Amino acid sequence: MADSTATNPPPHKPSLWARHAFFEKNSIWLLIGILIVVAIGGLVEIVPLFYLKSTIEQVSGVRPWTPLELAGRNIYVREGCYNCHSQMVRPLRDEVERYGHYSLAAESMYDRPFQWGSKRTGPDLARVGNKYSDEWQRQHLADPRSVVPGSIMPGYPFLAHAPLRYENIGEDLATNALLGVPYSPEMVAGAIADLRLQATPDGDASELQKRYPGAQVRDFDGNPKVVSEADALIAYLQTLGTMVDFKLYDDKANIR
Amino acid sequence: MTELNSSAGQGISGSGATEPGVDQSGRKRMTFGEGGLAFIFGVLALACITVAAKAQDSAYAFHAYLSAFASLATVFVILNRYIDRPAQLPALEIDGKPNYNFGPVKFATLAAVFWGIAGFLIGVIIAFQLAFPVLNFDLPWIAFGRLRPLHTSAVVFAFGGNVLLGTSFYVVQRTSRARLAGYLAPWFVVLGYNFFILLAGTGYLLGITQSKEYAEPEWYADLWLTVVWVTYLLVFLGTLWRRKEPHIYVANWFYLAFIVTIAMLHLGNNASVPISVFSPKSYIVWSGVQDAMVQWWYGHNAVGFFLTAGFLAIMYYFIPKRAERPVYSYRLSIVHFWAIIFLYIWAGPHHLHYTALPDWAQTLGMTFSIMLWMPSWGGMINGLMTLSGAWDKLRTDPVIRMMVVSVAFYGMSTFEGPLMSVKAVNSLSHYTDWTIGHVHSGALGWVAYISFGAIYCLVPWLWQKRELYSLRLVNWHFWISTIGIVFYISSMWVAGILQGLMWRAYTSLGFLEYSFIETVEAMHPFYIIRALGGVLFLIGGLIMAFNVYMTIRQPGTVAADTGARTPSLVPAE
Repeated sequence: MADSTATNPPPHKPSLWARHAFFEKNSIWLLIGILIVVAIGGLVEIVPLFYLKSTIEQVSGVRPWTPLELAGRNIYVREGCYNCHSQMVRPLRDEVERYGHYSLAAESMYDRPFQWGSKRTGPDLARVGNKYSDEWQRQHLADPRSVVPGSIMPGYPFLAHAPLRYENIGEDLATNALLGVPYSPEMVAGAIADLRLQATPDGDASELQKRYPGAQVRDFDGNPKVVSEADALIAYLQTLGTMVDFKLYDDKANIR
Repeated sequence: MTELNSSAGQGISGSGATEPGVDQSGRKRMTFGEGGLAFIFGVLALACITVAAKAQDSAYAFHAYLSAFASLATVFVILNRYIDRPAQLPALEIDGKPNYNFGPVKFATLAAVFWGIAGFLIGVIIAFQLAFPVLNFDLPWIAFGRLRPLHTSAVVFAFGGNVLLGTSFYVVQRTSRARLAGYLAPWFVVLGYNFFILLAGTGYLLGITQSKEYAEPEWYADLWLTVVWVTYLLVFLGTLWRRKEPHIYVANWFYLAFIVTIAMLHLGNNASVPISVFSPKSYIVWSGVQDAMVQWWYGHNAVGFFLTAGFLAIMYYFIPKRAERPVYSYRLSIVHFWAIIFLYIWAGPHHLHYTALPDWAQTLGMTFSIMLWMPSWGGMINGLMTLSGAWDKLRTDPVIRMMVVSVAFYGMSTFEGPLMSVKAVNSLSHYTDWTIGHVHSGALGWVAYISFGAIYCLVPWLWQKRELYSLRLVNWHFWISTIGIVFYISSMWVAGILQGLMWRAYTSLGFLEYSFIETVEAMHPFYIIRALGGVLFLIGGLIMAFNVYMTIRQPGTVAADTGARTPSLVPAE
């Protein structure tokens, strides 16, 4: 190993292989070399996504999650629903017929983190909103096999009994706002009131719906006395994939 | 956090040249590292108690108390160790021979055996949950959605991570012929890493997750891991700086690439803002499509650098060592090293084919994934051909057989991977159990087998025993788990392809032929076969644990010269 020049006759022109000894003898240069080599791929693939305007389609209707939906989304994350359900309809014939219009990047632009998933042990949920009734969702969450006999989904009966903890939901909205989600200061300040309002049927929801166009306001879990975790999760599920009106969406305008 | 780093760094230099731990008159003196670390952990304990008192939810309070308890225990252990130690810190060399530090290596090796069995067991449980959903028991803590990350983290980060920590600390010492850098730092790395595992695992069960696959732990666990990881890098580099060999051995290039790249990926993918220091919840700075790209840049390279580069390093030390043959080709190792670390990073977007990720990124991901086949097989060839002239050992030594079969599995899954990254194939395979089968042919066949081989080599070396307690039990381990792997991957191939074909099947009238639930029901027999395969693999792991235990219990020791003969480690120039 030490006499590498012996195998490479002309001493004035060491072979490329011998030059590699430089990295083998200098740990810091080896480290710097590795860093440069592994940085390139990520930089090329990730950085343009932030400045190429075509990355996210121009489309109207996508709004930030309401406080109740965001709380529901956090329950979806907490229970690890993404392990079995994707939220990404691919532009393939069978998927579009089974689930609906293929998913747009714009539809998850406020999602932190994204929930596209990687496995469909259960069906895709990108367009599950308003596909089933609240009652069906409730039953299905509590006992999946009572409505879908062949289902292998775990039951989540405890969600309907667990009161939603939302005293800090304003901090959730504020953090999202800090990161660039267009929550206005009024939305952050009124987060708790908005959350309660959306889950209870009585009360004037017109202001809420002005802030969050298309927000569905009702008692989702069939128990108007408490705002439960099931309320929040069902509110989230019923919103999934419903924000963009695909009758008005122009596929051709957004070819990337 | 930065203070903690620098103090751990002080620990490294603390055991350096100028007789630390002793004052001029020869009396015992606390090193800066000992004092500093004890102080910092004392402060950390107070901070954790404060956070626990004001925590927004009980799971987070539990973690804060756990951290406070661990910090106090650390202070106690540091002080106790100081009281018990002789005035002189351990010598770097004794009689001209390096005085290796194998304590942390022993700990990591045993931790790997423990976490391996825990991870396989959870895998078996969730496999049965998919076959028989009643096993979820309608309880939040043990539902599939919380146990699945526990399984992946337990096998990848707990089992694999401890194997990597243990072997890297062993290999870097042996191939540098130098004692591990740092007095407390190596222990800080090993114990700190396992504490991270504890935070992560209990967090999943209690519902603390950021839902990014293979990066589920929340912000505070991520911060802790960052501190541990930087210390790990410093210990590794510090040991290289002490080396007596002019060249850095090839296994250490791979370890270094693994450590550095995992640091980069970890920081990029976990850049998040907590809603409050009193809450475990955080939001990631990336969103939607960009977050998806960052996630799979991370996710695929957790495979590429954690589960490949690190384990290739194991291959490059343990196979030549056990076979007593030099590495087949030094030049091939140079080419495939740089090629594999350059190309791997680009492969992430193949997890996002046909999604809302722009097509140009998908195409790049697919192209580089296909190119990746070549350096992967370069590694496989270099590993397999190292057996040149020693193929007979496959018959006589079940440990080497395990490692060679592992490299063969590596070759197989790195062929399957590029195949599945082709968009046309991916449109069928994605979202199905084919992916799960692919991952397990790599994880069970390659990662676990090379780890088992390394553990079977390491245990007699570390505990100074002549040989393992029983090579026949290694043989049983090998065959039982091999049959388990075959059950697992073949059932998942059939299940995945069946699932993909059923989803896209049309009747002659042009309607979708199957409802989704029919495709779920069709999976049932394959899920049972898969679970049985997992049981066999778990049994193999238990046999290994028994063998390791009996080996350590064997009476008597032999002189530990195993690693001193290094000719087979010299790169073949």
